[in-house]
Formats: sequence, structure tokens, C-alpha cells
Amino acid sequence: MSKILVIAEHLGGKLNSSTARAVSAAAAVKADAIDVLVLSDAPDAIAAEAAKIDGVSRVLTIARSDNAHALATVLAPQIAKAAAGYSHVFVPSTTFGKDIAPRVAALLGVAQVSDVMSVEAAHTFKRPIYAGNAIITVEADASHTVVATIRSASWAAAGNAASSAPIEALAIDVTLPTHTRFVELKQGSSDRPDLQSASKVVSGGRGVGSKENFEIIYKFADRIGAAVGASRAAVDAGYVPSELQVGQTGKIIAPELYMAIGISGAIQHLTGIKDAGTIVAINKDGEAPIFEIADIGLVGDLFKLIPELEQAIG
Amino acid sequence: MKILVGYKRVVDYNVRIQVKPDGTGVVTDGVKLSANPFDDIALEEALRLREKGVATEVIVVGIGPADLTAHLRNGLAMGANRAIHVVTADAVQPLTAARVFLKLIEKEQPELVILGKQAIDDDANQTGQMLAALWDRPQATFASRVDIADGKATVTREVDAGLEVIEAELPAVITTDLRLNEPRFIKLPDIMKAKSKPIDSIEFGSLGVEAHDHLRTTHYAAPAKRSKGVMVKDAAELVAALKQKGLL
Ligand SMILES: Cc1cc2nc3c(=O)[nH]c(=O)nc-3n(C[C@H](O)[C@H](O)[C@H](O)COP(=O)(O)OP(=O)(O)OC[C@H]3O[C@@H](n4cnc5c(N)ncnc54)[C@H](O)[C@@H]3O)c2cc1C
Ligand SMILES: Nc1ncnc2c1ncn2[C@@H]1O[C@H](COP(=O)(O)O)[C@@H](O)[C@H]1O
Repeated sequence: MSKILVIAEHLGGKLNSSTARAVSAAAAVKADAIDVLVLSDAPDAIAAEAAKIDGVSRVLTIARSDNAHALATVLAPQIAKAAAGYSHVFVPSTTFGKDIAPRVAALLGVAQVSDVMSVEAAHTFKRPIYAGNAIITVEADASHTVVATIRSASWAAAGNAASSAPIEALAIDVTLPTHTRFVELKQGSSDRPDLQSASKVVSGGRGVGSKENFEIIYKFADRIGAAVGASRAAVDAGYVPSELQVGQTGKIIAPELYMAIGISGAIQHLTGIKDAGTIVAINKDGEAPIFEIADIGLVGDLFKLIPELEQAIG
Repeated sequence: MKILVGYKRVVDYNVRIQVKPDGTGVVTDGVKLSANPFDDIALEEALRLREKGVATEVIVVGIGPADLTAHLRNGLAMGANRAIHVVTADAVQPLTAARVFLKLIEKEQPELVILGKQAIDDDANQTGQMLAALWDRPQATFASRVDIADGKATVTREVDAGLEVIEAELPAVITTDLRLNEPRFIKLPDIMKAKSKPIDSIEFGSLGVEAHDHLRTTHYAAPAKRSKGVMVKDAAELVAALKQKGLL
């Protein structure tokens, strides 16, 4: 009997698509119940969105002013309490989930399975190690709660259900620490598609050369309706903000189309794009390792080729 | 103020690891080992805090086999005051590592513990958060900037949405992201100096830490390979190929 609690990720009153992806992983366990837990100061609209996800049995909400920001120190004790009676707690493997889930696991005194790529059985999972250069099968002890983070790129988001699941308010009696406080979130404002869920992504690397030059990447991305990503080298050099980094230590993404422009293809970068549908590489060095995994490669100078591409698109 | 730093030894980040054909593990014989890159960053941050006069002592901690001493000497050469080596032949999982750190905290009473956000071998990204939970103290993960003043740490964190700033009362656990700093290189004279710095060896068994992690790795496999693609000769051909796939 599996009963799974999925922790909802949300920001600015909107549910993140990583939640529906975690629900897909829960569905793969063939659970008897999948409940989604929304912790927020104002959970109603988020809960209503979560209730529409196919496969969800119930949506539980904990409305508390302390939950206005996703602080692990504040959320984890509530999740650990709410986990009573569940066989699994699934959390998206995003910076939100990576921060919170291990804290929950430690409070429950159990190990955590990070970055679940596939569910082999209720307590058997596959996950990547060594930047995705090895995939291991791990078995969790069935007598303990399984706490796992779900690798978003491996799971399609569960669709919408015909009817909404019931929403119930949960009263959790736990004193919360005040030693950790939210100060601010500096968010890059952009009308472009979200990097983590976009179907097309155009990424630039060190080869783009400067912050000013990066405009050519933004412009091309806008032209084809793509999100913008970057290599670590481009972020480190200050061409783009850190949230655009794709790779082992940045975002792991699975768009239908990924275009790597002026990116050499280091293992740590490739880890982030292995699940992309079609990978296109544009690089002036025909020997660049990116061509080993690209589905379509084009050798040449990006500053010449991008305008030509725009023209050819017509 | 004392700072405890996690200093794990891992397969060097430049090595493309191979899975053993029988699926029992990865090939580590003769493979280059280095400090976990995030731990070098953790140590660098601790050293800078000491240089600023915020910290007085920096202690690097390694949990691992007997031959870990050479690795810990590198941490001492980089500038740590001393090292603690928790000796165990078995690989420890994050929950066990967190329990070990908690024991060391009880003994050393540091005001700050800086760990890497993830070890690049297991890619777990758990130990710091678990330790903070067991210690019942704040955690500031994925740090790209740390300021310590008035008994608290103000930390900028790299999150998916952008940069988040949080405030944490000390003592606290911080885990490092790549852009926190650039670790210094070890200089030859420092390697000589490090030889006389103390390494405190503690048998894992003597700590009274429960090593049961409820997780068992049963198989190792190489990742699915992407099939070799095609090269196109110009922009027009690329656009045609993408249009044919329905991607443009
Ligand atoms: C612990 C760790 C974690 C890491 N995590 C990540 C991660 O998450 N993501 C990540 O990306 N990296 C990561 N890295 C860094 C990674 O190892 C590489 O250093 C990085 O990906 C290189 O970025 P790049 O390809 O943009 O730069 P480079 O390797 O310098 O490549 C630039 C490329 O641009 C090409 N080029 C130059 N000019 C032009 C032009 N005019 N037209 C066309 N092509 C041109 C060059 O031929 C070259 O191939 C990590 C490293 C470590 C140690
Ligand atoms: N065996 C170990 N020795 C020293 N530090 C460790 C060890 N295991 C984990 N750590 C610390 O915990 C961090 C995160 O590791 P992990 O949770 O395994 O990804 C590492 O970057 C280290 O700082």
C-alpha cells in the first residue's frame, strides 16, 4: 500500500510545473493515493490549480503567514509532521526541493533518494551520479518513509483531470523557528518562456564573448519563441544572470529543441541537456565535444550564422 | 569564531567516469582524485573570513579511508589551521555524514559550518541540509555571497527564480555554490608548512554514529547514449532540417 505526499512548488501565487512532473513520478509508483500539499500564506488559488492535476486524490493546504516564503527551516517541520501515514514524500528536484527535502528526511531520520529518473518498483528507483555518467538503481528500505526528489527533466507533467480533486485545510501543530528570515528575492523580469519548462531553448556560451553580444542570442530566441539559457562560463563572465545556467549544477532541462551556440560541450554542461529532444550545436571549432552529442551540427562563426539563420527562417 | 569545513575527496571533475561492465560500480582504480570543487570553495570562503578577522580558526573535516591524510594536507596547505579525519573504510551516505558532523560540532562548538552544495561523485546535495536539521539550526544553501556581522549571516542564494537573500542567526550551516569565490592555488612553501599542522584522527566506530541509511545501491549502468547526429553545411540547411522535424 503506497500513499504518496507530493510537495507543491509555487511562486507568486502560481503553481510550478515541477509539481505536475512529481505527480507523474508518484503515479509511476502505482500508489493508492496521491495527495498534494500546498504550504503558503495564501494557498487557495495554488491549491485549485493542483486539484486539476490528473491522478491527484486530494490537495491539502497549510495556510500560515510563516509560509509566505519557501524557507526550508520553516517548511520542513510542517512537512515532516504532515508525512505521518504516508509511505513516500516526493518533492521536485529544483532549488526549492533540493533545499527542503533533505531537511525533511533528516527530521524523519531517513535517507533521501535524490533526482529520481525512473521508478522501477515502489521502493526501487534509478538516479544519476557522477554528473549523469552513471545511472544507479537504489533500493530503499520498505519499512521507512521514502523521501525523494524528482528530476523534472525525466518526467512529463501530468495532464489535467476531468474533475478537480477535493481540497482540505490541514491543521499542523508545530512551533516554527525564527532563526532564519527571508530578506528579498531578486528576480530577473522577462517575458520569455521559462527555461525549465520551455519547449525550445537557445543557449549561449563563452563564445558569445560579452554581455552586449548576448543580445544576439536573446533576439534569436525571441524570434523562434525560445527560452534563453547559458553555460557556466557565460554566467561566470557576467554575460547573463546565474538563473540561466544549464548543467550539472544549474538547470537540468528537457526541451524539444536545444540550441547550443558557442558552447564547447563540457560534461557538466551536457548533463543538463541529455534529455532534450533535438540538440543543435553551432560552434566555430569542428572538433568541439558538443558535436559528439548534437543531433544536428553546424560549424562556423555564430555572429555570421545567426543572422543567416534568421534570414533563412523567413 | 571557529569554522568547520567539509572537505571531501572525489574523482576529479575532469575524469569521465566509466561503469564496470558487470554493473557493480564505477572504475576508480588509477583515477585522479581531487577535493570536491564545492569544498575548495567552502574552504576558500572560510579562509577569507579568517583573513577578515571574522573567524579565528578553520578546521577541515574529511570522512574516509586511512589514505585520506594526503588530501587533508592539501586543505592544510591551502590555509586551514587543522584537520579532523574521521576514519572509515566504507563510503558514507549523506545522513551518516551529517550525523558525523553533528558529533564533531558537539565537540568543537563552531559558529559556522560550511559544506559544498553537492559532492560531485554522488551528486546527492543533502548533507548540509540534513546536518542543519539534526542540529536544529539555520541552513543557507547554494550560497553565492556571504556576509557575517552581528551574530548573523546574510546569504545570497542562487535559486531557480534568481537570487534570494536570507538572514540566518549563528550558528548556522552554509552550503556553497560555484560563484561564491575562486579558490586560491596552493603554493609550494605552504605545502612544507602544512606538514607540521595537526591532523586529528578519529575512528568512525568511536563516535557512536548509527550508519544505517536505509538505501542500497543494487546496480550501476552507463547512461543511454544519444545516437550520432548529422552535420549540415550552412544556415539554410539547418533551418530546413528543423522545419522538417516540425521544430521551427
Ligand atoms: C563542479 C563543476 C560544475 C560545473 N557545472 C557546470 C554547469 O552546470 N553548466 C555548465 O555549463 N558548466 C559547468 N561547469 C563548467 C564546465 O566544466 C565548462 O567550463 C563550461 O561549461 C564551459 O563553458 P563554455 O562551453 O561556454 O566555454 P568554453 O569551453 O570556453 O567554450 C566556448 C566555445 O565557443 C566556441 N566559440 C568561440 N567563439 C565562437 C564564435 N564566434 N562562433 C562560434 N563558436 C565560437 C569555441 O570554439 C568553444 O568551443 C562546471 C564545472 C565544475 C568544475
Ligand atoms: N565523506 C565526507 N567527507 C567530508 N565532507 C563530506 C563528506 N560527505 C559529504 N561531505 C560534505 O557535504 C557536502 C555535500 O555532499 P552530498 O550531500 O553528498 O552531495 C560536500 O560538499 C562536503 O562538504
